[in-house]
Amino acid sequence: MLLAFDLLLCGTLIALAIAALTSREPRRGVILFIALGLLLSLVWARLRAPDLAIAEAAIGAGLAGALLLAAARRASRQQSSSGQGLSDPKGGD
Amino acid sequence: MLVRHWLILLALAIMGAALAWAFWVALGGYEGKRLAELAAARVPESGVSNPVTAVLLNFRAYDTLLELAVLLAAVLGIWSSGAALPGYRQAGEVLAGLVAWVVPLLILTGGYLLWVGGHAPGGAFQAGALLGAAGVSLRLAGRAGAGLPPESVLRLVLGLGVLVFTLTGLALAILGAGFLTFPPGLAKWLILGIETAATLAIGATLAAAYVGGYPSAAILGRSDHGGPRS
Repeated sequence: MLLAFDLLLCGTLIALAIAALTSREPRRGVILFIALGLLLSLVWARLRAPDLAIAEAAIGAGLAGALLLAAARRASRQQSSSGQGLSDPKGGD
Repeated sequence: MLVRHWLILLALAIMGAALAWAFWVALGGYEGKRLAELAAARVPESGVSNPVTAVLLNFRAYDTLLELAVLLAAVLGIWSSGAALPGYRQAGEVLAGLVAWVVPLLILTGGYLLWVGGHAPGGAFQAGALLGAAGVSLRLAGRAGAGLPPESVLRLVLGLGVLVFTLTGLALAILGAGFLTFPPGLAKWLILGIETAATLAIGATLAAAYVGGYPSAAILGRSDHGGPRS
């Protein structure tokens, strides 16, 4: 039973990592990364490392997620404002 | 372009092989006494009973001091990268009410994790992360300064972890025990003092990182001492 749970956990973790890395939209990628961090903290708990589990949930998923979300917001805002500044609509990347 | 593609694949394969080798060595390729056994045997002398805290704050305290210095350097980098953006708009009634509940709970839980770190999972980094989360919640709810104190106080708080850690180490060195070599009788209180300072510094660092730039006096002044740290 626990083995099945562990395998499911590992599979979901890898799938989330691939999804986060290949996501085209930064915001979507960050949200997937937060989900990855929360699952990873479960993995640390299963490995009997509760200290790491707490740190992963609080720092890896929570604070890093908040920082990355703010960075993605700022990046997309800069991109859109620089896109508006160009008179040529083809001038984007 | 194709050559670069293959180079990246090759680099990844080398990295993968190095990781697999490290994993194998860690699992049992090494003969002799393992570090974990040596550390576990001496936990009673460290002043705390949680082996993780014993390792982090006593056996390899020097590493932890450098980690705090890295955090301080990160904040200096963020501050020198430009001015902070103005915060979000004032939260509505529901979010403001939730934040008014969550922030005191985060501070309380942070204090608990700091204290419990001596004998159970917890410690300065986890407690500091919760204080930082309290700052993030405050900023999301419309307090642009994330509850941080005015700049003169903030500068002191940001450097507090490294300051207390280094001063403790130097004092021990001058008294003859050696840099960051805690005498067993005093170790518990020295570790608690360092962890308290580190918690405040980590919390302030993470909140300042979320503010994301050098905070102007207008941003920090608005917080009128209502924040988690003052």
